[in-house]
Amino acid sequence: MTETHADYRLSQLDQLEAESIHIFREVAAEFERPVLMFSGGKDSIVMMRLAEKAFYPAKIPFPVLQVDTGYDFPEVLACRDNWVNRLGARLIVASVEEAIRDGVVVDDGKTSRNRLQIGTLLNALEEGGFTAAFGGGRRDEEKARAKERVYSHRDEFGQWDPKMQRPELWSLYNGRIHEGEHMRIFPISNWTELDIWHYIGREGIEIPSIYFSHQRRVFERDGMLLSESEHNPTRGNETVEERTVRFRTVGDLTLTGCVESEADTIDKIIDEIAVARVTERGATRGDDRFSEAAMEDRKKEGYF
Amino acid sequence: MSDLTKAEVAEQTREMDLLRFATAGSVDDGKSTLIGRLLLDSKSIFEDQLEAVEATSQSKGYDYTDLALLTDGLRSEREQGITIDVAYRYFATPTRKFIIADTPGHVQYTRNMVTGASTADLGLVLVDARQGLTEQSRRHAVLLSLLRVPHLVLAINKMDLVDFSQEIYERIHAEFTQFATKLNIPDLSVIPISALAGDNVVNRSENMAWYSGPTLMHHLEHVHVASDRDLQDVRFPVQYVVRPKSDEHHDYRGYGGMVAGGVLKPGDEVVVLPSGMTSKIAGIDLFDQEVTEAFPPMSVTVRLEDDVDVSRGDMIARVNNAPKPSQDIDAMICWMTNEPLRPRQKLAIKHTTRTARALVKDIQYRLDVNTLHRDQETKELGLNEIGRVQLRTTVPLLCDPYSKNRTTGSFILIDEATGVTVGAGMINSGS
Repeated sequence: MTETHADYRLSQLDQLEAESIHIFREVAAEFERPVLMFSGGKDSIVMMRLAEKAFYPAKIPFPVLQVDTGYDFPEVLACRDNWVNRLGARLIVASVEEAIRDGVVVDDGKTSRNRLQIGTLLNALEEGGFTAAFGGGRRDEEKARAKERVYSHRDEFGQWDPKMQRPELWSLYNGRIHEGEHMRIFPISNWTELDIWHYIGREGIEIPSIYFSHQRRVFERDGMLLSESEHNPTRGNETVEERTVRFRTVGDLTLTGCVESEADTIDKIIDEIAVARVTERGATRGDDRFSEAAMEDRKKEGYF
Repeated sequence: MSDLTKAEVAEQTREMDLLRFATAGSVDDGKSTLIGRLLLDSKSIFEDQLEAVEATSQSKGYDYTDLALLTDGLRSEREQGITIDVAYRYFATPTRKFIIADTPGHVQYTRNMVTGASTADLGLVLVDARQGLTEQSRRHAVLLSLLRVPHLVLAINKMDLVDFSQEIYERIHAEFTQFATKLNIPDLSVIPISALAGDNVVNRSENMAWYSGPTLMHHLEHVHVASDRDLQDVRFPVQYVVRPKSDEHHDYRGYGGMVAGGVLKPGDEVVVLPSGMTSKIAGIDLFDQEVTEAFPPMSVTVRLEDDVDVSRGDMIARVNNAPKPSQDIDAMICWMTNEPLRPRQKLAIKHTTRTARALVKDIQYRLDVNTLHRDQETKELGLNEIGRVQLRTTVPLLCDPYSKNRTTGSFILIDEATGVTVGAGMINSGS
């Protein structure tokens, strides 16, 4: 038996966990076909853990959906497989390559894989008939997300309308949707980056190895360190060299930069983050840099 | 706040507690500047965010860094220079993590304020020292009181523009205290600040030696919130029935939910509502661990000794302390949509984990949130109006007065045709 706190005070991390579990259960109870969107990043790993806890000892009552950009880090896919196998969950992979081949999205050679993901994702949600899709978005990530609800309504086109958001009060979530619409659900809305890391440390759960310091052949582009890859040929005078790095976010490897770091344990990562002076997106996400309102635009189109 | 590094802050993140607070103020009261100041002075703002804001300030021709730009997230807000929706912000000090529900102050967005206040432990109302109390600041206090936010802070801002005058502070303080006697505010603090210059926000003001109270940050860090929750009356709304049906856990049957009140312990005699069947708690599970007790706001799975029929929407309470199931609900309702609420209207109602339909039987009065006048002539409630309403529900609700329990005393109303949340209710009583 585990003793709880004698003064009936719950630490903030326990409160966040309790809130997230509540949201997972609410969705599983009220929606016909939920699905968990899994990006392979640390936030989706925490989501998997919370889902596991919400329904234990039963299996999680919904499948896991991953959008395969074709440019994913192999370490991330390996970690995904370990998680899915351990939980005994059903994995659905929606491939951007296939979506291009089937004409679902158009690769004009200029659009990033992250943007092509949107069409691929929406198509996969539609094909699966999913009415609720869990995402690992956090409100501390970005200004547009700070205003998004836990239950975020999407119309038949998968679009988010920031001015038509439903009020969300107490812990009473409104899951009503019409035919063809769906709800994005963000159970870790109130977690910060630091909370995520503390939780991963506390739970002792597996995350992709690229989050930890390692040797990697990288080159510099637009002030970011990108991984050498066949998908990402170097241009002009870009030179590849081996450095000691780690990734702070996980995404399309042609766009996701790494940072030089010696942090090879969770504790060291937490120390590093605690003194970091640049937000994780600002440091390493090429796709958010194009304009100040970049995220808002992609969200309206149906981005995670 | 002391001069701890972010690394030291990080070390304590795990065990620190949580304060949720809602901010309210008019467009010009300096609310966004204050939040920017709290984020900046608690080192919660990163270099790239600050740089972006500095660049924007410069391009707009300001000669100072407009901290309000840190929080105005949506493009239309930046264009109009106002905040149009509830935004959530996060910062932490060595003792606490804070979640700010930042709500807009202007008239047409009462619903956002109610939304932000619904989960808040503390409400922060800002007034401009030059203006004193306005209709809007009174309305904000009324709403916070109605939503039973247990702690209220009145921050008198822009003290630098009134020469840090003690007299002005005292006058606004007295006027507000007088007004607050009509409200339900268990704990009130009045703090003179300058959000722009930082006086009494994190650091004590050298310009207001006459003020002996805490700084705003000190108050936020130390206000006692753990005892605000009801630990006496056991309320456990059943949310989800956990039945693995696997070989390993063949006979497992547990009831998942979030504790809404009281302390549950294995061995406790309990009653399941609305059936009235009684049993004992066999065990309480938190993932793969058994715990000795569960209290709000823990999410746990409760197992009962007897194989009684329990499903989502039921409630587990104590045999001698259970809410009375009721289909007739008397509540204060905040109406949140353009089409008015009228008698005979039918709506969906969601209360704890129970969803039903509700019929509007009567609108008793509309509350003027500026004067507290009760208009009994009213026949409907318009957008952003609040009134006392009688409802009849299709199934009994297992409810408590909102003043006793904010979880079992609240509900939302949903338009069945559009699916939109159109009202928020706070129960006076069920009968």
